[in-house]
Amino acid sequence: MATTEERLFGKAIKRREDPRFITGRGTYVDDVKLPGMTYAAFVRSPHAHAKIKSIDAATAKKMPGVLAVYTGQDVKVGGLPCGWLLPGIKVPVRPALAQGKARYVGEPVAIVIAESAYAAKDGAEAVKVAYEALPGVSDGKRAHQKAAPQLFDEIPSNECFYWTIGDKAATEAAFKSAATVVSQPLLNQRLIPNAIEPRACVASHSAATGELTLWVTSQNPHVHRLLMAAFVLAIPETKMRVISPDVGGGFGSKIFVYNEEVVVSWAAKALGRPVKWTAERRESFLNDAHGRDHVTEAEMALDRDGKVTGLRVKTHANLGAYLSTFAPLIPSYLYGPLLSGVYKIPAIFCEVWGMLTNTAPVDAYRGAGRPEATYVLERMMDRAARQLKLDPAELRRRNFIPKFTDGTPYQTPVAFAYDSGNYEPALKRALELSGYEQLRREQTPSRGKGRYIGIGISTYIEACGPAPSAVAGALGAQAGLWESGQVRVDPSGTVTVFTGSHSHGQGHETTFAQLAADELGIPMEQVEVVHGDTARIPFGMGTYGSRSACVGGSAIVKCLDKIKEKGRKIAAHLLEANEQDLIFGGGAWSVKGSPDKKKAWGEVALMAYLAHNIPQGMEPGLEATSFYDPVNFTFPFGAHVAVVEVDPETGSVKILKYVAVDDVGKVINPMIVDGMVHGGIAQGIGQALWEHGVYAEDGQLLSGTMMDYALPKADALPSFVTDRTVTPSPINPLGVKGAGETGTIASTPAIANAVIDALAPFGVTHLDMPLTPNKIWKAVAAAKKR
Amino acid sequence: MKVPVNVKLPVKMTINGQSVSHEVEPRLLLVHYIREVVGLTGTHVGCDTSQCGACTISLNGQAVKACNMFTVQADGAKITTIEGLAKNGELHPIQQGFWEKHGLQCGFCTPGMIMAAQQLLQRYPKPTEEQIRHQLEGNLCRCTGYHNIVKAIQWAAEHMAGKK
Repeated sequence: MATTEERLFGKAIKRREDPRFITGRGTYVDDVKLPGMTYAAFVRSPHAHAKIKSIDAATAKKMPGVLAVYTGQDVKVGGLPCGWLLPGIKVPVRPALAQGKARYVGEPVAIVIAESAYAAKDGAEAVKVAYEALPGVSDGKRAHQKAAPQLFDEIPSNECFYWTIGDKAATEAAFKSAATVVSQPLLNQRLIPNAIEPRACVASHSAATGELTLWVTSQNPHVHRLLMAAFVLAIPETKMRVISPDVGGGFGSKIFVYNEEVVVSWAAKALGRPVKWTAERRESFLNDAHGRDHVTEAEMALDRDGKVTGLRVKTHANLGAYLSTFAPLIPSYLYGPLLSGVYKIPAIFCEVWGMLTNTAPVDAYRGAGRPEATYVLERMMDRAARQLKLDPAELRRRNFIPKFTDGTPYQTPVAFAYDSGNYEPALKRALELSGYEQLRREQTPSRGKGRYIGIGISTYIEACGPAPSAVAGALGAQAGLWESGQVRVDPSGTVTVFTGSHSHGQGHETTFAQLAADELGIPMEQVEVVHGDTARIPFGMGTYGSRSACVGGSAIVKCLDKIKEKGRKIAAHLLEANEQDLIFGGGAWSVKGSPDKKKAWGEVALMAYLAHNIPQGMEPGLEATSFYDPVNFTFPFGAHVAVVEVDPETGSVKILKYVAVDDVGKVINPMIVDGMVHGGIAQGIGQALWEHGVYAEDGQLLSGTMMDYALPKADALPSFVTDRTVTPSPINPLGVKGAGETGTIASTPAIANAVIDALAPFGVTHLDMPLTPNKIWKAVAAAKKR
Repeated sequence: MKVPVNVKLPVKMTINGQSVSHEVEPRLLLVHYIREVVGLTGTHVGCDTSQCGACTISLNGQAVKACNMFTVQADGAKITTIEGLAKNGELHPIQQGFWEKHGLQCGFCTPGMIMAAQQLLQRYPKPTEEQIRHQLEGNLCRCTGYHNIVKAIQWAAEHMAGKK
């Protein structure tokens, strides 16, 4: 068998999954077609808040092709569970189909199943629902007021939790003795994820075996199986198989258990035929979990030297009408603990109100809490720099946590102990690449020529690969946050890696094969990677929070260690050598000092299965399973610099240059990491400049299509300049950190800071996102009037 | 013309060199015909307002969004979908470019991107970055930030020029 000496870790290897995608031969959920398959369409509430007086499905049931109509009265299943419970949290019951009341526009009220998708939609239009409209509330802060409409009788003031972190007294003391206090209300607007593949599911129930098979656009098939089987459908997990095949992007929105897959699974059994549902994009806008939506008041205290001495943050987090699967986690533990950023801040206090409103549920969206925290901190740093008349780069430098890379963690005042960090070099590199000093020198003269150039910096930290599980449990997680891996070696030496992580664009089939081939010294062609099918992989937690490489990858490395250990024993036995005298390299075990005495990987694999001559007492076979529970998060960081030009006549923003210097530790495949950084930057820029999920005050969604919700397009973005510093994480065997969300976290404040910087001559100190031409033009016009 | 309800109309067209004919509802969108009736699932549906471009195909040599046409409007047309782009097992240079330059992540927008890029390169065989970005304005990608899609199309342009 061929072997290779070449190290694959760190190489930009072309992706193995690409040939099927570039030839149109991927298999996404909507491509699944089963014999006898039927099609579902949902009847959804057009009201943000309404009593359901009656549902008349008689006409719909008589429509050509319509097979069944089910309402909340028929579908007897449990409510959709919430998987993160903060102390004292009030969790509203979230029915799969509305029960008596609808609480947001788009909430599913009934399902129509027909012989074709078109017939199902015709049927859905014919279902007559009589509503009694109630007043609605869409704003998280307004929902807290006494006079605001109440969503649930049992949840007064619509407040489902109040959560704090940090030292209140110490923070108040810091503000009392501050030389400067900077205050700023900040809106972090609601975003709608918009993975380009809409959510979809196909459910098939076998009356013969009692097994339910669900194809679903999921980032975590076992989480779907566990929550649906145990909490909603009340069936044994053994009787449910979840397959999440090729998935067209997730960004968080495909983590959660939604109404549609629950109702479709129930209906497949009730009807005795497979049922498919594929979201139309307008349904994605209405019922995919949204992101962000914070109303914040932030205050920063600084001493005479420009050192931050305190940070006080009050946030109303809009969670929508019900608690989505991990909703409470996002504005609490993924938000407050990030407020120290890369800075030494002695006192921080953060209060969060988790609010229910008549809007679609809000949950994790790329970055999830961390972009919200970074936006607060980085906007406040720039705001403070302006107030103190300091260069924003200099203010950041003064406040950086000094380098700590010896394995001793840095303890922040808000729970986290950072694994390692060295922040100054990343900023230095980003400033060099952007030509910062020269840009600053030219800034004032160009203003004189009518050109308004702005420079925005963001030095960020991220926490990813959440865990360890025991800590997550203590903080409210209803699940562990480890990851599984399994490596099975075939008698011919080929290897299959089974991972609990899920790829929906991340390229695991390539990176995990790189890892395995590298460790075993065999060509990548001999390694297969399997994910996304509960019948094939061990129980796994899936992909979100930039955890696949650091947690999922580590689980695979643990498996490979076990495989090599057993292989060594077999090789030593065959070579009649001492185990300790063997070295493994180039796909073979050889005896130290006598390289001719060796056993190749293939020979050892074969013997493990022949078992004709293996050490006494050893079990035959060669495979290993690992469940890797990390000891800490990993903490990637970096510095981004954006250079923009604002046209004060039209309010338009042009991005002239974008520089990203990220530190994600060691990198398995730089091409893939760069790609994720690019995409993340684009999404973050989308938030800064264009994207806004807008609800009218009463809860009507105004940005409900791609015509109204402005996604980043090719012609509005530049090519990005990316570079890296490398500070390996000491907490996992690979030295890797998360890389999937850094771009999104860093770029939003970098762009916002740049635009506000460009508007400085007009006296603008802050504008809320998105920084649309309309908003900028108005601010400039107002300044001119003054 | 008034089309009666519940009638089916005959259509005939060539898709990837194969002649196909069916009777379809007048309201059947071309993209659903290609995916559901003909069974070519490489052409994707990403929106319902013709913004995303995931359904882009080549129809009589023009890149069109197949969600924006009724099947009956394509009667007699010559269509190429993503499945018809590679010839004799050899990838089209645009497909190769997307692979070489990591122009895709989740792959869902990719067929439409590639089909749009084909027309782009017919219009501009040596496109500037600005031209590429402008021409892709009708295709949305949420994964790549377009950075590597631009590189992929530049790669394809270079290699197609070499072939001529």
